[in-house]
Amino acid sequence: MNDNMIQDTLLVTPALLVSLLPLIGFLINGLFGKFLPKSVTGWIAALAILGSFICSVTLFNGLNSTSSLNIDIFNWIAFSNINITFGFLIDPLTITMLLVVTGIGFLIHLYSIGYMHDDEGYTRFFTYLNLFIFFMLLLVMGNNYLVMFIGWEGVGLCSYLLIGFWFKNESYNNAAKKAFVMNRVGDLGFLLGMFFMLFYFGSIDYSTVANQAQTLAPNSALLITITMLLFVGAMGKSAQLPLFTWLPDAMAGPTPVSALIHAATMVTAGIYMIVRSNILFSLAPTTLTFILIVGVATSVFAAVIGLLQNDIKKVLAYSTVSQLGLMFAALGLGAFSSGMFHVVTHAFFKALLFLGAGSVIHALHGEQDIRKMGGLGKYIKVTYITFLLASLAISGFPFLSGFFSKDEILAHAFEQNKTIWVILSISSFITAFYMFRLVFLTFFGNFRGTEETKKHIHESPITMTLPLIVLCILAVVGGLLGLPEVFHVQHVFSTYLSSVTEGSAQYLVHHEKVSHATEIALMSFAGIGAIVVILFAYNKYVKQNALPADEVELTGLNKVISNKFYVDEIYETVFVKPITVLSDLFLVLVDKLIIDLAVNATAWIVATTGKTMRLLQTGNTGFYVFAMIIGMMVLLIIRLFI
Amino acid sequence: MTLLLLLLPLVAALAVLLSGNKMASRVALLFTVAEFGLTVYAYTIFKQQGPEAFVFFHDWISSPKISINLGVDGLSFVMIGLTNFLLPLIVLSGFNREYSNAKTYFSLMLLMQFALIGVFMAYDGLLYYIFWELALLPIYFIALGWGGKNRVPVTLKFFIYTLAGSLLMLFGFIMLYYYNPNASFNITDLYNNPVCSCNQGWLFWMFFLAFAIKIPIVPFHTWQADTYSESPTQGTMLLSGIMLKMGTYSLIRWLLPILPAGVAEWGPLAITLCVIGIVYASIIAIMQNDLKKLFAYSSVAHVGLIAAGIFALNIEGLQGSVVQMIAHGVNVVGLFFCADIIINRTQTANINNLGGIRNIAPRFNTLFMIVVIASVALPLTNGFIGEFLLLFGVFKYNTWLSVFAGLTIILGAVYMLRMFQNTMLGNTNENTQQFADLNWSETLVLGIIAFTILVMGLYPKPIFELVQPSLDIILNKALAK
Repeated sequence: MNDNMIQDTLLVTPALLVSLLPLIGFLINGLFGKFLPKSVTGWIAALAILGSFICSVTLFNGLNSTSSLNIDIFNWIAFSNINITFGFLIDPLTITMLLVVTGIGFLIHLYSIGYMHDDEGYTRFFTYLNLFIFFMLLLVMGNNYLVMFIGWEGVGLCSYLLIGFWFKNESYNNAAKKAFVMNRVGDLGFLLGMFFMLFYFGSIDYSTVANQAQTLAPNSALLITITMLLFVGAMGKSAQLPLFTWLPDAMAGPTPVSALIHAATMVTAGIYMIVRSNILFSLAPTTLTFILIVGVATSVFAAVIGLLQNDIKKVLAYSTVSQLGLMFAALGLGAFSSGMFHVVTHAFFKALLFLGAGSVIHALHGEQDIRKMGGLGKYIKVTYITFLLASLAISGFPFLSGFFSKDEILAHAFEQNKTIWVILSISSFITAFYMFRLVFLTFFGNFRGTEETKKHIHESPITMTLPLIVLCILAVVGGLLGLPEVFHVQHVFSTYLSSVTEGSAQYLVHHEKVSHATEIALMSFAGIGAIVVILFAYNKYVKQNALPADEVELTGLNKVISNKFYVDEIYETVFVKPITVLSDLFLVLVDKLIIDLAVNATAWIVATTGKTMRLLQTGNTGFYVFAMIIGMMVLLIIRLFI
Repeated sequence: MTLLLLLLPLVAALAVLLSGNKMASRVALLFTVAEFGLTVYAYTIFKQQGPEAFVFFHDWISSPKISINLGVDGLSFVMIGLTNFLLPLIVLSGFNREYSNAKTYFSLMLLMQFALIGVFMAYDGLLYYIFWELALLPIYFIALGWGGKNRVPVTLKFFIYTLAGSLLMLFGFIMLYYYNPNASFNITDLYNNPVCSCNQGWLFWMFFLAFAIKIPIVPFHTWQADTYSESPTQGTMLLSGIMLKMGTYSLIRWLLPILPAGVAEWGPLAITLCVIGIVYASIIAIMQNDLKKLFAYSSVAHVGLIAAGIFALNIEGLQGSVVQMIAHGVNVVGLFFCADIIINRTQTANINNLGGIRNIAPRFNTLFMIVVIASVALPLTNGFIGEFLLLFGVFKYNTWLSVFAGLTIILGAVYMLRMFQNTMLGNTNENTQQFADLNWSETLVLGIIAFTILVMGLYPKPIFELVQPSLDIILNKALAK
């Protein structure tokens, strides 16, 4: 016990430093950046995150997987019965997220030093990036929902700033605004969820909420309401149906931002939030079913759209939405640690895919249309190989990271509901197809761009390729963290997280585990299926040299898919237009006509009286009206009391 | 001490008037800073000795019994603190600008400060009323003398409108005096001897209308947008930053504890009006193209939430309303100052004619951004603390009302970001290409505001502690059956 205490106090400093270092980096670059040479600012930012990463590793080493560290820093909102502290909770779940955020965050900072090199907003970029990491760390380190909410909205702000980073472009700015507003819709849900907890449980500390929730009857209306509202928040932040349309637009930001914020970290906040509240959610099976449906639907829906996208980043964006859907499906199945496992492996390969895409765009001087690429494998080898491996990982190619994490979710689906398993399998085959459509069109065949561009194709500098290589290694071997039981080894990841997720186990319906034979069959099916799909794509795009048709030539269903099922247009008609009409109506009809008419009628009476008074004297109207009032005051008083 | 706090601005007003046009702004700044220093000193006394150290009582008129009854409790102190914090900033915001007859202009501001402090200190109904009316005079002359093209009809409307409300309040006070067994305007007498419930219903309206116009609560708001856009910037700051808080402050100080039965009867209607007003004003703000009018409507939405939190009749709502009064005061002054900077440099207030300012004025961009995120209530800014507590207060009152009121966090983001995008982002045009970044006085004002926004958002505790005792007493009275 005593030893634990000492160990804990030793860990307070690194815990505080994890969050403070990015803030310090932000302040240095934000306040003094313009006095510093450009070469320095990027490195200050990157080193701040490296420092954070080292502190996170210290925490990982120092804290064993059964204990947690709670640090109350100060009373934030406290009076009467309310007491919301500003404090941190460090436990295995937090540490997992810390390692992902700071580790990948550092690699992406490093990459950005090369990628953003010629940008005039270089320092500003790193300032925002540090601020983002700071808020992301608050999000995962907070010990109550309100601190999580600080990070939650804070990363939303940084996302806004970074999507609209090239602020001279009107459509980028619109994308940024859309992301912020759509997230706010979710945030309102989150906020109301907190109100319910604060009101009924008297607290929004994670531990108190979990304890209080267990005193209620499972699936009671209150629990369903709270979890549904929290999930609305998650839908916004993690781009689930119907709040997903901001994420593809968010690709307007610089590519490292897409990798860090819109793939690896921020968008997984919704999953983190639900895993953090796993006891609450497992007590509300109705909500879990709802999450499952939304997750599965999003997974398929986004994958289908991904089939017909021709912008390299848009394909990846829809893929992210689809993968997030898969993670939510896992949570809906009650497989919390599997969902987190996929968060981690996805962070590896999706960050890598985006950075690889960035490297391609960099080589082609800004070209993002895959129809104008082709044959790049010959020119940019490191990018090509790493991208290929990442694509294999996401497609579920046997023994790469994505294979294991996806397989784990599919196995849970198979145990509980065969239909879900079928749909998720289809979704995962679609993923394999569009990913390799992307790979083949980009790196295979002949170059389809202009000769001018072709001459300048070059591999990226070492600061950019090094992160690619590191992430590639992780994407390949990351699956070892969670080898399935079939291999007679311990599932490292779920064991590590068990202290966080074990509390909810008793409330979940237990399904019979699939036998080892079935499990091997399922894995083989998924693995072989993925290979078949990849070969099919190879046949179509390499052997037959098929090229995606122009959008205008598409007909029927293809046209609908290519236009993303017209979701944006529907929102425009249903929400945006009516509000603008309403706005004008309120101003012109209600404000100016109805209300002002009533007011002016009243004023007219006063004014007429005023005019009569004015006949007695001449001068400034206002002054005499005032004099009149004073007079009336005196008269009234005299009348009443004398 | 109390008298010194109250009278220093009056002395200052005279001094400024005598100092001449050239020195006026500097003398005014000197005095307002001194007054702020005095407030800080008063705070240390308050922390040690509490409200007792600030009681001042002097008989004035024996029949009817009106006394000069002044005092400062936590609630008063916070409001006085806001006033005295903002005044130097408002004066400073007028630096490097040309005003005709500057000595009168700045003198009127200080006179305004005197009246506002009086309102927050007065513990005698009629004395309070006199200060309330007195506060209207300087702002009226500021708007009339230094306002825009349409100032004459606009200020007249504003003047008569608010005056009409005040007259009802005067009548209400007279009736309170009449009903009071001690025949007194003294606030303790009024607190301790509630009027018969049968009369509280209509008395509620006498006071509520006066406050609702001043705040303003929809549908009593139509004077506001025009007045804000026609007044000179310092006038708009005084109006929106401090003067409308007279209304919300008075709801807490005078309406809730004195007419609990009236509040119980009509409070539900009032809170519904407030919440409708939040959404209504936010929606109008979405399509506003005039910078000042946009801020005016956003202000209606924000103060509507403050008033809603007050009528929620719980401690969270009241604490939230106090914090938000301060936060809104600081932020709205920041917003109108930013608007002034833009209009002054580009000669246009239409956001569609602006854009690209960010490219050439990075310092202004950063500070403006901080004020904007505070207005959309991002956590760690002062706006969040207030809005969180207010919405929670309304939630405790009625879940659905809070859902509806909560739309403000979405709509607020829509209109604020649209405004920011159109004015600051994109490419420069002929209006904005000459835009100069902030000079020292502008940087100082916005820097102080931005700093305050963040400090309050991170550590609001001193405010909670200061006002909790006052709010406990008031809430206790308001909920008494």
